[in-house]
Amino acid sequence: MPGVKTWLESWPVYRQLTGSDPLGRGKAARSKATEATVSRTATADRVVKSVCPYCAVGCAQNVYVKDEKVVQIEGDPDSPISRGRLCPKGSASKQLVTSPSRVTTVKYRRPHGTEWEDLELDTAMEMIADRVLEARRKGWQDTDAEGRKLGRTMGIASLGGAALDNEENYLMKKLYSALGAVQIENQARI
Amino acid sequence: MPGLGASFGRGGATNFLEDLANSDCIVIEGSNMAECHPVGFQWVGEAKARGAKVIHIDPRFTRTSAIADLHVPLRIGTDIAFLGGLINYVLSNDLYFEEYVAAYTNAAALVREDFVDSEDLDGLFSGFDPETRTYDESSWQYETEEPPESAADDPAEAAEQRELDDDPSVRHSDQAQAAGSGGPPIPGKPKRDETLQHPRSVFQILKRHYARYTPEMVAEVCGIEPAVFEQVAQWVTDNSNRDRTTAWVYSVGWTQHSVGAQYIRTCSILQTLLGNIGRPGGGILALRGHASIQGSTDIPTLFNILPGYLPMPHALQHGSLEEYVADAAGKAGFWGNKRAYMTNLLKAWWGDAATAENDFAFDYLPKINGDHSSYRTIADMIEGKVSGYFLVGENPAVGHPNGRMNRFGLANLDWLVVRDLQLIESATFWKESPEIETGELAPETIGTEVFFMPAATHVEKDGTFTQTQRLLQWRDKAVEPPADARSDLWFFFHLGRILRARLADSTDPRDRPLLDLTWDYPLHGETQDPSADAVLREINGTGPDGRALSSYMQMKDDGSTSGGCWIYCGVYADEVNQAARRKPAKEQGAVASEWGWAWPLNRRMLYNRASADPDGRPWSERKKYVWWDEAAGEWTGLDTPDFEKHKRPDYVPPEGARAQDALAGTDPFVMQGDGKAWLFAPAGVVDGPLPTHYEPVESVAENALYKQQANPTVERIPGPWNRENPSMSEVFPFQVTTYRLTEHHTAGAMSRTLPYLSELQPEFFVEVSPELAELRGLTNGEFATLVSARTAIEAKVLVTERIRPIRLRGGQVVHQIGMPYHWSYSGLSTGDTANDLLGISLDPNTHIQEDKVSTADIVPGRRPRGPGLIDFVEEYRKRAGVQSGRVGLNGRDPVDADAGQGSKL
Ligand code: SF4
Repeated sequence: MPGVKTWLESWPVYRQLTGSDPLGRGKAARSKATEATVSRTATADRVVKSVCPYCAVGCAQNVYVKDEKVVQIEGDPDSPISRGRLCPKGSASKQLVTSPSRVTTVKYRRPHGTEWEDLELDTAMEMIADRVLEARRKGWQDTDAEGRKLGRTMGIASLGGAALDNEENYLMKKLYSALGAVQIENQARI
Repeated sequence: MPGLGASFGRGGATNFLEDLANSDCIVIEGSNMAECHPVGFQWVGEAKARGAKVIHIDPRFTRTSAIADLHVPLRIGTDIAFLGGLINYVLSNDLYFEEYVAAYTNAAALVREDFVDSEDLDGLFSGFDPETRTYDESSWQYETEEPPESAADDPAEAAEQRELDDDPSVRHSDQAQAAGSGGPPIPGKPKRDETLQHPRSVFQILKRHYARYTPEMVAEVCGIEPAVFEQVAQWVTDNSNRDRTTAWVYSVGWTQHSVGAQYIRTCSILQTLLGNIGRPGGGILALRGHASIQGSTDIPTLFNILPGYLPMPHALQHGSLEEYVADAAGKAGFWGNKRAYMTNLLKAWWGDAATAENDFAFDYLPKINGDHSSYRTIADMIEGKVSGYFLVGENPAVGHPNGRMNRFGLANLDWLVVRDLQLIESATFWKESPEIETGELAPETIGTEVFFMPAATHVEKDGTFTQTQRLLQWRDKAVEPPADARSDLWFFFHLGRILRARLADSTDPRDRPLLDLTWDYPLHGETQDPSADAVLREINGTGPDGRALSSYMQMKDDGSTSGGCWIYCGVYADEVNQAARRKPAKEQGAVASEWGWAWPLNRRMLYNRASADPDGRPWSERKKYVWWDEAAGEWTGLDTPDFEKHKRPDYVPPEGARAQDALAGTDPFVMQGDGKAWLFAPAGVVDGPLPTHYEPVESVAENALYKQQANPTVERIPGPWNRENPSMSEVFPFQVTTYRLTEHHTAGAMSRTLPYLSELQPEFFVEVSPELAELRGLTNGEFATLVSARTAIEAKVLVTERIRPIRLRGGQVVHQIGMPYHWSYSGLSTGDTANDLLGISLDPNTHIQEDKVSTADIVPGRRPRGPGLIDFVEEYRKRAGVQSGRVGLNGRDPVDADAGQGSKL
């Protein structure tokens, strides 16, 4: 009578009495749903190596991806610095990607406007390019009062966060300098 | 980072986190490491388990204090007095590491005859100009072997150069930060008195300078009992010698002061005297607060420096490449190769257009001529002097002190581009900021056009962060960013591409730098994402054969090599992305040299030549790290030696040697012009060659040491939107400090928007002592209002003994208030913005604001709503004798009629 046996085994007390867990703190107390649960890290399609974006300890992360979605982020035990640990921020970092309030499309507010409007990415890029050239022209200074060369614009300023990649900071400084913009700053000052 | 740069030659942490395990004593000061760098803190635990003493010096009892053997609750803003006390203790009890100090520091150097110490001028050094409130540093210089002029090729030019150095516009442009890698230039090698007895020797000057910093004085200034001070002094000195080392750990609890660079200088002097620099378990560990703060100064988006800490050309000084490198000509150490580093940068940026004939396009670089740092720029915005602003992952409306002033700045632009993951307060200020409620701003009056451009998260792009120990770690892209979200690399590359296309036919010479720019990176995928790997390779640099360079020693000044950031040269050695190395810790030694890549040249501990004695032998078996192998004729050890591999310990530079050849085999501080650690800084720090105790700009106590109350060179940005609380005012009687919580991150855009983190720390609170609660009638769990000359904010009260009142000698009781600064009006967890309470006054070296200490009043109950808030704060200003803080439309001057029209450009 396999049916009765299955029924009996679904009863924790029975498992407690007959199995290897007489105190009912482990296997005996586990439900069928728990049995069927598989961790997200086990079913991921791939694991990608990353680094926590919050503080400068730089804990190494393993990013688990399934169906091109991030399903879990864990500490990487290989790291000599973090040894697999993450603090609450690093552990929560998957929600940076999945946060329900994350905004993934361009928003535009016109001068004196009272609401946000939508804009195509390409349109926004072209509009920004127009404004950069205009601001650069308006704030251009060839020389100072004594005729010393400046070759710069005071029309454009920039402030970057310190979670920018080195490569990003590099391209920014390179482009801004070529444009003649000098008021280029970073959170590193703050 | 001039504090470390001017002391040792590089503005980076000297040691690495894991090395803390080797410490015999760890002092954490100006940092709540357990809370703010929690995973790094495991190495403090490791050291403690091995028997190390852990001391936490901090006004608040925190999660760090809970683990420490001793918590020292000093009064906020008095660290120089405390550390100065330790220096005095070490010097007067002869507890310094004698051989180390004699060989590796500038203790024996003689200083010019006209130098006058602050002890003799009641808090000022010689050379102070009260009008510009800056110093002429010439009297702080060494007495040199030969007249300084003869060191340069052109004496007249060298003299002129030094004169220009002292021009206030040069001072204000913060050349000090250029010491981030390569100490400040000095005119020549100093005369020395090896007996250290000469009255003008650095050693004797130091002794006299700190003689009054006694345990009793420490008690009077810091509120620390002499017995507690003695305990710290004893543990630190017992654990600093041949066999033992002490490490010091700091973070923004030190930098964010009007004398922040000098805090770090004081610690550098102490650690140098104790012989703890360049040795395992020693050093000064600067804990940076963000994933890539170190990287953002190494490859800066900062106005005053170029990649690799090369100074941004200054209009007064640098009309040509020749003038730009003039201060380096014929010099020892780093400065000898400045031309090569700069030429490589110019070649990386302008490729074939940069030739020897056109000065390698040096002229293409824009010139600075003053302070163009971010707070100055905000003030300029309010005055309508700036047209457009890019905010790239930064939220000044919340993260900067004086949020109201920052928001006024944003309201007076023509346009603003915000690149972020969420609609942060700096993007929504025009409709939701507190000033909308008070009526100082309204959407209809604000002309600023706002573009919100969605960004990619850290797992949606490739690239490197440089973490706190100068280590570059590569991240692989895990998934594509959603919808219109793009990396900042994508944004700036494509913006550049569009701009270049627009100007393609231009004949205007001003467009040449943009059109001649090397702007050609492989593009990947549907979104045409530029290759971060290719950018990293350009940063590394390539040789004449087109192959990646492996060391900056290969960089030439003739244009045959190119590289975007000389200190990162080697990160792509052998055509391999070294930052992507992830050899498991278990498969390599404790230094883990094959995990990521550290600048410079994968050296994990800086100045590690000093871990051996002058003859090249380890100081002790226990503290063995890098040593000279006579048989092999090279330096060897556990780490890459931070020294020329084959330079013998007994090498003496021949007459006329330059650059690294001019440094001896006993000069471990290879980036300094004299190869020594600087106890006294003859250059590179604008507010004094020796740290001196000043009270914070906003203090409730009088300076017990000098008539000079606060740093005389502090920078201010006056305006109705940035009023200062007068010191020792009854209206603002309490000291305030701000700090972080583990569960949140800075301005909160990356934490208040996350459900987990918002649940863990759901609301804004302030910490007060039971005594202050009683004094002001505050109730735990109820609201209180804090008021300054800037504004008033409200928060829930947390009454706790973790914050205690400090009793100074003479009976004055100083109450301190603690305030985390993560909140604002957006996100899942909201509250008033702590930073709105703070004013902006700046360290003259770094232009970093003093937000770790200010003053305020605190009263029970909620703050007034609407326009009533303005009147409420104005009343306080009146009572305190402060000028009015009322502003006109959009924060402009009350009579300025143009408000609402954007910039006036
Ligand atoms: S997990 Fe925590 S400690 Fe580690 S880098 Fe991230 S924020 Fe810092």
